[in-house]
Amino acid sequence: MSEKIDVRYVAKLARIALSEEEVARFGEQLGNLLEHVNVLSELDTAAVPATAQVVESRNVERPDDVLPCLDRETVLAMAPQRQGGFFRVPRIIAEP
Amino acid sequence: MNELVRRSAAEIARDVGAKRLSAREVTEAVLARVDEVDDKLGCYLTRLNELARSSAQRVDERIAAGETLPLAGVPVAVKDNMCLTGTRTTAGSKILENWIAPYTATAVQRILDAGGVPIGKTNLDEFAMGSSCENSALGVTRNPYDLGRVPGGSSGGSAAAVGGYEAAIGLGSDTGGSIREPGAFCNVVGFKPTYGRVSRYGLIAFASSLDQIGPLARTVEDAALAYDAMAGHDPMDSTSIDRPVELTAIALRGDLKGVKIGIVKEFVTAKLGQEIDALYRRAYSELAALGAELVDVSLPTADYGLATYYLIAPAECSSNLARFDGVRYGLRVDGDDVGQMYENTRAAGFGPEVKRRILIGTYALSSGYYDAYYVKAQKARTMFAQDFRKAFERCDLIAAPAASSPPFEFNSKSDPYSMYMMDYYTIPMSLAGLPALSVPCGYAGSPQLPMGLQLCGPLFQEAKLLGAAHAYEQATKYATKVAVAV
Repeated sequence: MSEKIDVRYVAKLARIALSEEEVARFGEQLGNLLEHVNVLSELDTAAVPATAQVVESRNVERPDDVLPCLDRETVLAMAPQRQGGFFRVPRIIAEP
Repeated sequence: MNELVRRSAAEIARDVGAKRLSAREVTEAVLARVDEVDDKLGCYLTRLNELARSSAQRVDERIAAGETLPLAGVPVAVKDNMCLTGTRTTAGSKILENWIAPYTATAVQRILDAGGVPIGKTNLDEFAMGSSCENSALGVTRNPYDLGRVPGGSSGGSAAAVGGYEAAIGLGSDTGGSIREPGAFCNVVGFKPTYGRVSRYGLIAFASSLDQIGPLARTVEDAALAYDAMAGHDPMDSTSIDRPVELTAIALRGDLKGVKIGIVKEFVTAKLGQEIDALYRRAYSELAALGAELVDVSLPTADYGLATYYLIAPAECSSNLARFDGVRYGLRVDGDDVGQMYENTRAAGFGPEVKRRILIGTYALSSGYYDAYYVKAQKARTMFAQDFRKAFERCDLIAAPAASSPPFEFNSKSDPYSMYMMDYYTIPMSLAGLPALSVPCGYAGSPQLPMGLQLCGPLFQEAKLLGAAHAYEQATKYATKVAVAV
């Protein structure tokens, strides 16, 4: 499972703009790391179930009651840009 | 140095509780110490002088009113990935540099309810990703025993604050070793409880299936007091464990008679060099001298820990850090459309290590690679839990190194993987969710700098673990043999 990582494509998925210098540097570093993690292929895991949470696995529910939450002003005070009671963001839908 | 700042949390709480000492006096002494040395040590990203003073006053009032507070007047350093309402909470990142927390983490709230006094928010590797604090975007923290060396990480600010007498208790978080390694480097006790024992509500998430809050302290007893105050179910964290907590401060013991301690045969300390090998062999024989029976145990997967961890932790981090998009809080860097705004914000807001981990995690979770990397690592993780279960059929606790070297110099680990290797001995316990701690066990290198012994127990065996660590600490008292550099 050794392959060269397409850093530009992965950065696009991760929504991070990278400089040319970063593409080169991260490409090399991540390639090295992948070589290290490839030792996992030596482990025979055919009969082993995957573990997501080691301690206790159970579903957690609570009654569907309305509880207090942060008030709108407290939250919007932290917003990079706001407009009235809303978060303001750049255009999402492009012109046709 | 004012004698008050050297006191343990247990001593402070006892005297404040008995009205022989006021929380105000302790707080003023510690704030003066911070003023005196923190320009050199750089433990605190934010100092909370006003809040410390008002909290101390409140503690003195509660004591005067007859309340019993297990941490009365104890000065506490809070790692800056934990929310404390109304205070700046940065995670050591530019993306949260000016963010003010609108609520308080459960663990922090419980420490304050128990009488703790918050002195400040401490430095960390950005989003707790690192082993030296060098990945912080907001400050440099130095080792209190050698200012030319790192304090460890990621909870390096809290470890250095406790080691450097700028607080009695430090709150840290441990994902792969981030409490234990800085504990070892700063000559203090660093304790990671069982996963889920301490609520993660209000802890800025890195890898949610591994993150666990725990204390750093100058004595095992202090770590036990802080743990007892924080532990227990919290409805605000659905992964917090809902079962009774054994108090640990009452379980401290003076010997290890009848305790079987496993030595992991795959953890060959000889490869760490003659001096460190001898140091750990001495530590194991000190355990035996206290009455412990040493037995060989095996963790066949030991060498696969780093690989497993460096898939699971980045995968979870890439998902958790997706929330930092410049929309609702934190940094925003504009772009022509919303997509560019995301990309520019994250490019400017995250440092190189965080970007690396997001990228590797995104890759491991991406279509075509998910089974080969992420699912494979999740299966390896099952094997770690199975190996430990088998090992604990033969012993009560496991002893191992906490770090593979004494504190290193700044900029000496230029290759990311060499930094990751620092967590070789701490990651397996994290993958299995086990409680583990680091306790000072001597000095190595030139100059002679602190080393830590790691002890680890089965799930939920905190009382047994801290009890044994106390016996070791009381018999050896290594932490007190060398003075800090400031």
